[in-house]
Amino acid sequence: MKSSSKASIAAILKQYDSGQDSLISLMQDIQSAFGYLPKEALQQAGRELDIPLSKFFAVASFYNSFNLEPQGKHTISVCEGTACHVKNADNLAQMVARELELNGDEGTSTDRQFTLKKVRCLGCCSMAPVVKVNDDIHGSMTQTKTATILNQYRKDKK
Amino acid sequence: MKGSTSKRLAKLQKEGLTTLFPESTKIMVGSASCGIAAGADAVLQAITAEVKKKKMDAVVQKVGCIGLCYLEPLVDIIIPGRPRLTYGNVTPEKAKELVAAAKKGKVLEGALGKITAEPFLIEGTARDYNGTAGGVDDVPLYAELPFYRKQNRIALRNCGFIDPENITEYIAKGGYQSLASVLEKSSPGRIASDVERAGLRGRGGAGFPTGRKWKICLSARSDEKYLICNADEGDPGAYMDRSILEGDPHAVIEGMLIGGYAIGATRGFIYVRDEYPLAIERLEKALEQVREHGLVGEKILGSSFNFDITISRGAGAFVCGEETALIKSIEGDCGEPRQRPPFPAESGLWGKPTIINNVETLATVPVIAAKGAKWFSSIGTDGSKGSKVFSLVGNVNNIGLVEVPMGTTLRDIIFDIGGGIPNNRAFKAVQTGGPSGGCIPESLIDLPVDYDALTKSGSIMGSGGLIVMDEKTCMVDVAKYFLEFLESESCGKCTPCRVGVKRMREILTDICEGKAELEDLTRLEDMAGLINDSALCALGRTAPNPVLSTLKYFKDEYLAHILLKKCPAGVCKDLITFSVDKKTCIGCGACKKACPADAVTGEKKKAHKINTKKCIKCGACREVCPVSAVLT
Ligand SMILES: Cc1cc2nc3c(=O)[nH]c(=O)nc-3n(C[C@H](O)[C@H](O)[C@H](O)COP(=O)(O)O)c2cc1C
Ligand code: FES
Repeated sequence: MKSSSKASIAAILKQYDSGQDSLISLMQDIQSAFGYLPKEALQQAGRELDIPLSKFFAVASFYNSFNLEPQGKHTISVCEGTACHVKNADNLAQMVARELELNGDEGTSTDRQFTLKKVRCLGCCSMAPVVKVNDDIHGSMTQTKTATILNQYRKDKK
Repeated sequence: MKGSTSKRLAKLQKEGLTTLFPESTKIMVGSASCGIAAGADAVLQAITAEVKKKKMDAVVQKVGCIGLCYLEPLVDIIIPGRPRLTYGNVTPEKAKELVAAAKKGKVLEGALGKITAEPFLIEGTARDYNGTAGGVDDVPLYAELPFYRKQNRIALRNCGFIDPENITEYIAKGGYQSLASVLEKSSPGRIASDVERAGLRGRGGAGFPTGRKWKICLSARSDEKYLICNADEGDPGAYMDRSILEGDPHAVIEGMLIGGYAIGATRGFIYVRDEYPLAIERLEKALEQVREHGLVGEKILGSSFNFDITISRGAGAFVCGEETALIKSIEGDCGEPRQRPPFPAESGLWGKPTIINNVETLATVPVIAAKGAKWFSSIGTDGSKGSKVFSLVGNVNNIGLVEVPMGTTLRDIIFDIGGGIPNNRAFKAVQTGGPSGGCIPESLIDLPVDYDALTKSGSIMGSGGLIVMDEKTCMVDVAKYFLEFLESESCGKCTPCRVGVKRMREILTDICEGKAELEDLTRLEDMAGLINDSALCALGRTAPNPVLSTLKYFKDEYLAHILLKKCPAGVCKDLITFSVDKKTCIGCGACKKACPADAVTGEKKKAHKINTKKCIKCGACREVCPVSAVLT
């Protein structure tokens, strides 16, 4: 871990007392600083707040929103909530997986530009099917529209 | 009310009225998450810029969602001397035109509806906008629009009408008056009794009488007690709570304060799901404001009541909506439910008596406190009082949030309010209650929404998701979808749920892939009984519901999959082939262009063909076909 990362971990930890009560909130702060939960960061947090590393891993694997692996530069979340499901959201997720040449139906592309995630309801069911790219929600999606958005992000890279 | 308190609230009320009913023109942009996703931010920017450019005297603000989600972005405009008008599908260009017209005191054509007087639910009388100058006679009144005619907005009273980030507007609409009078005139036991007599039942799913729950907690002896607002809203396809939190966060906070007082709590928590960043942001702002005005903290409004509120963010686990799991999650642990009793009302967060109430339940409380138990219990049916918010989504024309009196029929909701099924398709079922609920068929369309009637039908009220399904929805696939959901969301603690749900899902997968035999249906039913009897928490116990209700009402569809190896709705990929209807195809070539597998051939203006060997069944051709000529 770079020393600058160490510094930001220290800044996060300053806001927490030892003990488990705020564990989830602490992990959320770490994740928003790094995009995922780096092992080194968890080790440091565990040492300073007196929480075993195994506890962090148990909690990280229990909750869907935690990532133990680094994520792609852009996160594409395809909603698979009920309202989106009845509007063929499955096909959208499969199309993105194909485009990103992923092995499974979720994951990160080899160039680390994109991570595809299936999520359950983004609360915008009125615009189903919904695809979220980073923080932007796109409604009434089709495969063609999704491809266009994907290409925009690809172009932005260049 | 104590003199100083009432003076303080009166001052804030006056301040709120200046922006609620300004002398100048007022323009409001529906800026809940759904509005923003539809482009509300760009519309707001265009309006702000144009108002500045034209040097107009106008109040421009963000408001919550009025429920017409399918017409977002929505802009409401009040020109002095005219009724309030709502415009839908507003683009930034259209927004500029609206401003330009308003500058001249004119209105544009095409408004969806008008309101001549703004409802003030708590005070009971509506307040006229300044006059009703002509020019909009042909625009229908809101109260006459099919979408609104049968609604009764109690929990949603302020959504879309006030600036959710401005506490003074909430107060101007009667907010925090209920709290003030409860603190001054009522005792904890009395307000709990009032809520019990009102007949309010929990809106989070289980439907337990709220007042009764409060009384149990009130009588528990402890140095500390807690009240938790359950804003986890895990039901996929439901967004009532999000909309309330984004459109009227103070209603929930006031409900928490009254509830906290009723049970003798000193601390409150709002457990919000992580997928709702805007709701969290607005709640944080609202909490800052109540702190500033002494509405939380010590000696609230000059009384002896102390109560503070903290936000706790969820981390994406459906089971954490279950109250004992939620408590574990706030304690910083994995959200695994535990056996009840003891109920949280006796031993909850950190072992202290704790009440968990849903967002909508709490948002309703201040109205009951203000208008009384009798008023509230006059709405609804015998066993289900008041109104209920539903997110009406799926294959229905008017998608949105609706709040109807309990007892309204599904037909009224789906066909009158919802405007029926799009694309000339037939209605097939409506799913209520989320993963714990079931699918209700057309034969029961006249069922009233009421806790007991829905349970009797094999579904449940649940938290308020109503997902409408048309003839192109496969009911076996829907059952499989819910079981997949529950399989991945099961916490894994008890075997019936961990293994049983997986086993049921495997059978459903086999059915959808055409690999099942008739005996599998019996196996499904046996498993369902077993899980229902022995799972630890309600997630597991109710997990078989989506399967049982579809088996009960749509057995033919299961049989078609098993015996004929066909999916009548054309959804299950292993049982369908894509083809083009030669008669309908106009040869536009859109499908050919969209196909990622080069499976479509055909010349311009001639019927196209799909090569089934190459076809990967992705459905891209069906999406782009302008004449619905792609068949499955
Ligand atoms: C698996 C599961 C998920 C639940 N999810 C929620 C939820 O997201 N929101 C909610 O308010 N209640 C949810 N509940 C119900 C809560 O356990 C609890 O009954 C409710 O929050 C109590 O509030 P109320 O009495 O105001 O309804 C869920 C229950 C179960 C079993
Ligand atoms: S189901 Fe997709 S946003 Fe709710």
